[in-house]
Amino acid sequence: MNMDQALQTYIEESRGLLDEMESILLRLESEPQDEETVNAMFRAAHTIKGSAGLFGLDAIVAFTHVVENVLDEVREGTQAVNGELVELLLKCCDHIGLLITVVAEAGEMLDMEQAAAGEAIAAVLRSLMGGAASGVAMPAVQEPRLDASGGGPIEGDYWHISLGFGPDVLRNGMDPISFIRYLSTIGDIVSLRVDDSELPELNAIDPESCYLSFSIEFKSEADKKTIEDAFEFVREDCRLRIFPPPSHLAAFVERLEHASGNTDMLGQLLIEAGILTSNELEDALAAQENTMAAGGGAKLPIGEVLVKEGVVQKEVVDVALEKQRQIRDHKAQEAKFIRVSAEKLDELINLVGELVIAGAGASLLAHRSGDVALHESTSVVSGLVEEIRDGALKLRMVEIGETFNRFQRVVRDVSKELGKDIGLEISGAETELDKTVVEKIGDPLMHLVRNAMDHGIESAEARMAAGKPAKGSLRLNAYHDSGSIVIEVADDGGGLKKERILKKAVERGIISPGQTLSDNDIYNLIFEAGFSTADQVTSLSGRGVGMDVVKRNIQALRGTVDIESLEGHGTTVRIRLPLTLAIIDGFLVGVGKSAFVVPLDMVLECIELSDADRKAADTRNYVNLRGEVLPFVRLRDQFEVNAAAGKRENIVVVQYGGQKAGFVVDELMGEFQTVIKPLGSVFRHLRGISGSTILGTGEVALILDVPALVQLGVARDEQMVMHGA
Amino acid sequence: MGSLVKKDEQAGRAISQDQQQFLTFMLGGEVFAIGILAIKEIIEYGNLTEVPMMPDYIRGVINLRGSVVPVVDLSARFGRKNTELTRRTCIVIIEVASDQEKQVIGVVVDAVNEVLEIQADQIEPPPAFGAKIRTDFIRGMGKVEEKFVIILNVDNVLSIDDLGLLERVAEEDVSQLSGQGA
Repeated sequence: MNMDQALQTYIEESRGLLDEMESILLRLESEPQDEETVNAMFRAAHTIKGSAGLFGLDAIVAFTHVVENVLDEVREGTQAVNGELVELLLKCCDHIGLLITVVAEAGEMLDMEQAAAGEAIAAVLRSLMGGAASGVAMPAVQEPRLDASGGGPIEGDYWHISLGFGPDVLRNGMDPISFIRYLSTIGDIVSLRVDDSELPELNAIDPESCYLSFSIEFKSEADKKTIEDAFEFVREDCRLRIFPPPSHLAAFVERLEHASGNTDMLGQLLIEAGILTSNELEDALAAQENTMAAGGGAKLPIGEVLVKEGVVQKEVVDVALEKQRQIRDHKAQEAKFIRVSAEKLDELINLVGELVIAGAGASLLAHRSGDVALHESTSVVSGLVEEIRDGALKLRMVEIGETFNRFQRVVRDVSKELGKDIGLEISGAETELDKTVVEKIGDPLMHLVRNAMDHGIESAEARMAAGKPAKGSLRLNAYHDSGSIVIEVADDGGGLKKERILKKAVERGIISPGQTLSDNDIYNLIFEAGFSTADQVTSLSGRGVGMDVVKRNIQALRGTVDIESLEGHGTTVRIRLPLTLAIIDGFLVGVGKSAFVVPLDMVLECIELSDADRKAADTRNYVNLRGEVLPFVRLRDQFEVNAAAGKRENIVVVQYGGQKAGFVVDELMGEFQTVIKPLGSVFRHLRGISGSTILGTGEVALILDVPALVQLGVARDEQMVMHGA
Repeated sequence: MGSLVKKDEQAGRAISQDQQQFLTFMLGGEVFAIGILAIKEIIEYGNLTEVPMMPDYIRGVINLRGSVVPVVDLSARFGRKNTELTRRTCIVIIEVASDQEKQVIGVVVDAVNEVLEIQADQIEPPPAFGAKIRTDFIRGMGKVEEKFVIILNVDNVLSIDDLGLLERVAEEDVSQLSGQGA
């Protein structure tokens, strides 16, 4: 196994565990009594420590160990959970994170300050623990011991060997005394008691039979196997029970806990930890078979057999069972997830894209050939291709919850920094979107969240004065809406002040004085470059990402951002992003000789443009859709297509962000799996077209950017009205 | 004409020594040349998809083995009328270096002639005027059999920033309009 790779995995895993610990801690603050969460946190810390030990990362082991001890006390209920402790443990998480980063950056040492900070945290932790452990200078391993009650060496900390020789041992040429003598070569026999209870009446004694049993207290550093081996030759002829010294029990437990996890068989686990020897296991297995035969087929668990036979203590078996469960859980988890490099996934999705295009080509040819059987089989292939496409794209879908959860900490820290009391509500965490989109949405979201906390939510006094609860609330929400994902960052703060924005915009020369703008246009002004003004800059803002950058980042993902605000009641920033950047379901329409694709998720219905409406289209661009006014854009006019119009025209009714609009086209050509191909940078300023795709015929079709086209339609109308006036 | 030619040493030196092979082609009856190293391939004209709301010299896009490639009408780019399609019309696929990445662009030409070798000392600097093409589009005037061939500076002719310029102006018009109207 490649150590570097393993270390890399460890670093990644540890970071994941730290994130988990952090979110548990934040949860713990609000509901401290949940036992399961404490356990989960303890396990996380324990795993980080255990694996760090494997790699010899002593700094991490030492520090995490102290943390683990405190967590253990929390688990035991001897340490109360309060805000202070959570605060402290959060710092611990940060410090562990730091230590891991040091490892990740290959050996760079912590600077003095950081090391001192870590030492300070550890000191506080140790003082929390009180008494016993406080004097210990971060021992590498100090597991809770089973014998910890007494203190000092325990009386009779010896192996206990119970040796019952069978009656035939002498007849088989073995001398019991020689074994006991041999035993003294691997340790000291502290005491030896002869059990002669089986000795019969004098006249019934068979001088060639052995009736004696021995009970030996034995002091030795040897392990159980070695001691057992001393009796190798009489194994057949004696009952041998070897009980480890009490102090060994603790060692066993520890060794069990650190077992490699190569096996999930209880017996093997015990052997690996040196508690059981393979001979004992075989005996126990045989005993298990016997009881099964006797008990009518009911198989006793091996653990119970071992305890019943007196081979292993119950405590040890319990620990072993726990370990077995852990290993099994771990295995189950391993089976659930496979790590795949994103590159491989992208390659696969590209290939699937090409497959979709090639498949469309084949279907088209089959259709033209008029061969029914061929047509049939290609349509089956198309169906499968569609499923493969969806499956491949789903591989890249991740829940947004993970991204949202990171903000728990951000909100907590920033609200402390600002001296405001702000709570974060998260909803729609299970909403899925493309991984590539998730990666790029983090920074803009961070900026919006900080902004909302800094400028949006007022101070507690101002809130009270306005009759609002003193605690501000920030809401992150995500949901799917017609083929896109919508992410909302909402606060219940003061809202945007229109006059101030207008004033600033005039000052900056972004708009001319006296210009009248709709509310929406005013709000959108804050996305203009250079709008951020001096009185807005605090320690939190001015981190280099302005709102214009937020907007640009989102537009780069083919998304849009808009703002809804009510002065005095709060602001909601709504980001709308496409679900995926690779392949979509499209609806193919024809205008003149060209084909265009409308994203299918946005298409509501198609209706025919009636002759009457067609004639009136010169004067008005709307129709009556079942009592509703439906404005439409004539793509023919918008795109200045010169070819003569067909006999009839159709309206594709699209819905976008709660708005309806119509696109007038010549021809409806049906659904089409659309592999999005970016248009080169030559077209980067082109609005109304969001990309291109390749049709089955090999021709290129353009994908319509619905919102931009509607906007262009609006602009065009205004232009005409102005020219007319 | 000779006396009007500015003897600009720099322009002469700009042509690298190892690039002496040129593809010559016809455009509106004139012969032009492009350094062979920039050229990826030459394909027949066909299956072109027009892109609306673009300036005249962007003819559209084609599917070049799975990638979408924009096609520029060179004649329109030089401010002349659009290239008329004939049986010999071709698309020359050219690689242009833009900011960081390489961009592949097709150009429509009337007909492709041949690959020529022109010695560096046979290349004159571009005339200050008279070619009826923007001077920065011309890399030099190659002398071939006592005739001049206009060697194009591909990076300038097909500059991505420049190609996008016209639409940007158009876009600003629209946004101004919408601003005033709203």
